[in-house]
Amino acid sequence: MIFEWIVQNSPALLLAVPMLGAFAVPLMGRIGEKARDGWVLLVSIATLIIAGILTNEVLTSGTVVYTFGAANPALSVPADSGGIPFRIIFAVDAMSVFMAISASVVGFAVFLYSIVSSARMSGKDSFFALILLMQVGILGMVCTGDLFNFFVFLEINSLAGAALVASRVDKGVAVEAGLKYAVLSTLGGLLVLFAVGLLYGQYDALNIAAIADVMQFGMPEKVALVLFVAALAMKSGAVPMHFWTPDAYSMAPSAVTAFLVIASQASLYGLFRIVFTLYNVTLDYAAMGWIIIILGVLSMFIGVTMAIPQKDIKRLMSYHAVSQTGYMLLGVGVGLAVLGDENMMRAFGMTAMEGGIFHIINHAMYKGLLFLTAGAIFYQAGTRNLNKLGGLGHSMKWTMLFFIIGALAIAGIPPFNGFASKLLIYESVFIFSPVLSVIAMVVSILTLASFVKVFHSVFMGPRLPEYENVTEVPKAMLYAMGILAFFVILFGVFPQQVIDILISPAAMALADQGSYISAVLGGN
Amino acid sequence: MIYNIPYIAAGLIIIIGIVTMTLKRDLIKIVMGLCLVESGVNLFLVATGYIDGGIAPIFTNAGPGRMVLPTVQAMTLTNIVIGIATTAMLLSFVMIIYKKYKTSDVTEVGRLKG
Repeated sequence: MIFEWIVQNSPALLLAVPMLGAFAVPLMGRIGEKARDGWVLLVSIATLIIAGILTNEVLTSGTVVYTFGAANPALSVPADSGGIPFRIIFAVDAMSVFMAISASVVGFAVFLYSIVSSARMSGKDSFFALILLMQVGILGMVCTGDLFNFFVFLEINSLAGAALVASRVDKGVAVEAGLKYAVLSTLGGLLVLFAVGLLYGQYDALNIAAIADVMQFGMPEKVALVLFVAALAMKSGAVPMHFWTPDAYSMAPSAVTAFLVIASQASLYGLFRIVFTLYNVTLDYAAMGWIIIILGVLSMFIGVTMAIPQKDIKRLMSYHAVSQTGYMLLGVGVGLAVLGDENMMRAFGMTAMEGGIFHIINHAMYKGLLFLTAGAIFYQAGTRNLNKLGGLGHSMKWTMLFFIIGALAIAGIPPFNGFASKLLIYESVFIFSPVLSVIAMVVSILTLASFVKVFHSVFMGPRLPEYENVTEVPKAMLYAMGILAFFVILFGVFPQQVIDILISPAAMALADQGSYISAVLGGN
Repeated sequence: MIYNIPYIAAGLIIIIGIVTMTLKRDLIKIVMGLCLVESGVNLFLVATGYIDGGIAPIFTNAGPGRMVLPTVQAMTLTNIVIGIATTAMLLSFVMIIYKKYKTSDVTEVGRLKG
């Protein structure tokens, strides 16, 4: 009975649980430290379970449509509305649950980690409340079927993210990074809102499916598309607008950085959703595909070349995050470039999209893992400077092991998950354009070189006198890293199963605009 | 033409805001530029919702005439609320930076490089 109720209302609960949890954190903080930590973990496990239930529901019985305020959640178009779905509707398809489940898994690891790693910080009540709110923002962005609602969650996500980046004031430097992030995300958010306003003025609707159904590609739509792409590409950290990424990622507490990666990917999801579901073949898909491919290739190459000379371990990893975002853009961009051509789509377009989407979850796992190991190093050694670190391998064996797993995964070495998704991208992109595939491989090699350098300068060498007393990090932090490492290996060893269960439906959901529209508007 | 004036005004305010953000060196003025962009977007949203001769959608004692669907008005209100939160946060960031660095000039603030 109660279980059925949960299943039926899972899209709403997915947001309600972390949101209520977030606002209850300060209350729990009144009772005690233990109570608050337990509460935060409980909320995040509950969110993970609901995400799992929703995933199961979507993968077995198709897109779940949840209408807020309607007598029956499935009733998206009321009889007396004249065919306009004016209520706020969540349209959760395979792509949405894919993002939701990766956000929840990383979220859980992040909470487990930050309960220990933030132990020396003050103001933990608001810290945890903000992380939970950021999770709400991410989950809302990926689940909503309404453009304005998307903007609201984007803002929740940005506000919470900026506050978290600045949370460890660090003589003002972290606040500077937070300010940069907040200004850019707010500007991006306003551009998105302006674009939403343009589309509303044109079609009198805010629902993605309702607009997509009647989309004509005229001048206002072109302006809206440019604004959407510019704003969301900036939020996801693609190259011409990537400059906030290293600052924000490196100055945020490590657990938060692992989550900021997910926040960026939610914007990436938004970009794909807008291009594929809202516009689809009405736009000049070949040109748009090439724009995304070029953004991707630039991100890959500039990201990795900027990463190599970095001295700060988290700054270096942040540039790698930019570079890895390029792979996702490349894979999905190739899919978009051949969207209208059924033969090419079947030959390699679908595989490219699967590769790009698979890379999203893989990146979330291994990048999260790497940032958590960087946090562990900072937690024990007190510095992030690669020139000062050294010889930590003697005392932090587990952290070293997790770092190796993450580093090999990001470089695309089998049997880790990075290899599985990169191979899909290489194969399919090679048929499309061999040059792009070669660039992608070169970038992988440079990534490996860069991480070998980090590994050598942090863990190798003799035991340094200043790190004489360094010990392994507390258990909870190791468990959090272990969870992510487990998924890194699991996805690397059984890539085909993961693709069949999660990735293929997600790629199909993106490419097939018709099924999304009919799921929301009821087949008319 | 006369109906387009609100849109032109909104566009101008947004452009002035973005130019302010890029050209001014004081952090407070950058935040002010952002507020201008926000006001421009709000004005644009409200302008799209205007219907000539439409009446407010209040059913009690409603007069004759077409009722306006108040979606954009609701959107604008939401954006105003979000804007207040954002501006408050940005200004508090500027305050902390000023306290720590003793300056709010971007050319002197930029300590994150590379």
